[in-house]
Amino acid sequence: MAVITGTNWNAYDASTMTAREIYGRTLAALAEGNDKIVGLTADLEKTTAIKFFADKFPDRFFNVGIAEQNMLGIAAGLAKAGLIPFASTMAVFACLRAGEQLRTDIAYQNLPVKIIATHAGISFGHAGTTHHCTEDFAILRAIPNMTVICPADGIETSKAVQACVDTPGPVYIRIGRGFEPPCYENDDYTYEIGKAITMREGTDLTIICCGIAVLQAVNAARTLAENDGLSVRVINMHTIKPIDKEAILKAVSETRRILTVEEHNVLGGLGDAVASVIAESGMGCVFRKHGLQDTFAAIGYAEDLYAHYGLDANGIVDQVREMMGSEYEPDENWEDD
Amino acid sequence: MALPAQERQQLEQTAKELRLKIIDVMSWSGGAHVGGSMSIVEILTLLYFKYLNIDPENPCWEDRDRFILSKGHTAAGYIPVLAKRGYFPEDTLKTFNHFGSPFAMHPDCNKVTGCDASAGSLGHGLSMAVGLGLGAKYRKKDYKTVCLMGDGECCEGSVWEAAMSAAHFKLDNVIGIVDRNRLMIDGFTEDVMALEPFADKWRAFGWEVIEVDGHDLDAMDDALAKAWAAKGKPTLILANTIKGKGVDFMENNVVWHYASGDSALCERAKASILKG
Repeated sequence: MAVITGTNWNAYDASTMTAREIYGRTLAALAEGNDKIVGLTADLEKTTAIKFFADKFPDRFFNVGIAEQNMLGIAAGLAKAGLIPFASTMAVFACLRAGEQLRTDIAYQNLPVKIIATHAGISFGHAGTTHHCTEDFAILRAIPNMTVICPADGIETSKAVQACVDTPGPVYIRIGRGFEPPCYENDDYTYEIGKAITMREGTDLTIICCGIAVLQAVNAARTLAENDGLSVRVINMHTIKPIDKEAILKAVSETRRILTVEEHNVLGGLGDAVASVIAESGMGCVFRKHGLQDTFAAIGYAEDLYAHYGLDANGIVDQVREMMGSEYEPDENWEDD
Repeated sequence: MALPAQERQQLEQTAKELRLKIIDVMSWSGGAHVGGSMSIVEILTLLYFKYLNIDPENPCWEDRDRFILSKGHTAAGYIPVLAKRGYFPEDTLKTFNHFGSPFAMHPDCNKVTGCDASAGSLGHGLSMAVGLGLGAKYRKKDYKTVCLMGDGECCEGSVWEAAMSAAHFKLDNVIGIVDRNRLMIDGFTEDVMALEPFADKWRAFGWEVIEVDGHDLDAMDDALAKAWAAKGKPTLILANTIKGKGVDFMENNVVWHYASGDSALCERAKASILKG
């Protein structure tokens, strides 16, 4: 049994606690040493697990009722009062219901509000489309000043939450429902906002992914190595914006096949962010965006939906196999080895 | 209680100068929300030249009172007040709306010294005021936050989310003022989307409501004094005003919500203001 410290987590913790719980506990631990941290929610204290902070610091926690626009407007005001507000609600309400407050009150004024958005993607699949959120990357990427993060699991969620406190300006951290298995064994690795993490080296193809897709991609790469003899690189692009261009171009240059995987519409998300970097570089490669193909998701439990949309290891293996059948055109002008 | 004669005279003079400046800004900028700028002149004059505890030499002073112009489209009425109060030279107002200017139709707090909040999308200011009020309470600061809204703005649902929360959190350090000029872009508020019984709505949301003539300096002074002394709940000053106030041909006429003017028109407007 792990000892709950608040800022250090391992795979046991991440498999017995949701990413949300780890977030709430991390925030409570951080606030211990930082009286500028304040918390907000819109009647989702328990659901977003900010309750762990709220219980410890009731004098600096504000539940505004079911009013997400007001929550983010108030967060902007609290930031103006010199504080570091953490606001939590479901992703779809944060970026759509309160989208203008996010853009105009928080990002335009460049305030250090941290939005920890839960139930993102299709993680709350059985709730139906009203509670899915497969648009947030697209919306937030287009908002200046905004940092957009999608951690791979609970362990990385804690890392991201710790890292965002001192990041100037607004930060959006997207987590799911958090019942997925952990990706990391422990938190003994360097995490830097905007710096991608290579989970596995490879030379035949690179999977660039984020969130729940990271573990699935790692598992897919293992299967592909064992069964197909393929060497697949896996890059955890936990920060969607600012995106790590260097890691992308290195992967293009060294593997020449890029597959992006995200729990998001393929329009405007991680795949498009990666595609832009590649297109502007002038390099060519075999490229595919894997995710929700511009469709609202079906109803179902998350794991069934992940299987249905091929966001699990099997689905990713299929994508890679198809891509290995495609050829790229070698270009002698490439500055690679 | 009436203002002392000399103070009153000074404030009246300031208000008159600010009205003239709005006409200048309308001319320099190529167009401005002149009607709603004229209706808030006395409110802003009392706030910036009597009530707000601010220091133009130290615009980011942590303990200053905050002011949010939630009806951000009337920057033409607001920015000249900041200039007159000494935050930047009045001469710079000539750049209004021009390329690279800090001054636009709607205020940007990261560009305009002394401006506490960017605003323009209606219905956003009061939530920010609630945040500032909560922040002040948590940090045990005594400053007040004043949020000036338009009446038409109160069609926005977010105003009422904020109103509900200010009362819930017992924010007696938040003061709302509604510029009740009864006109919005498409006509009279009561024709476009009725607000009445307006004061009762605010009362029902838990606010102390003071209704005043928003152009009567004595009455506004009295209302602000009461709001400043509030205990236990937020105060809403429902300031009954006249859109276009001070320019006879603009008063209570929706045409002057937004306008531009040639030099002849500006001279006519100024003559009307000077005639008082």
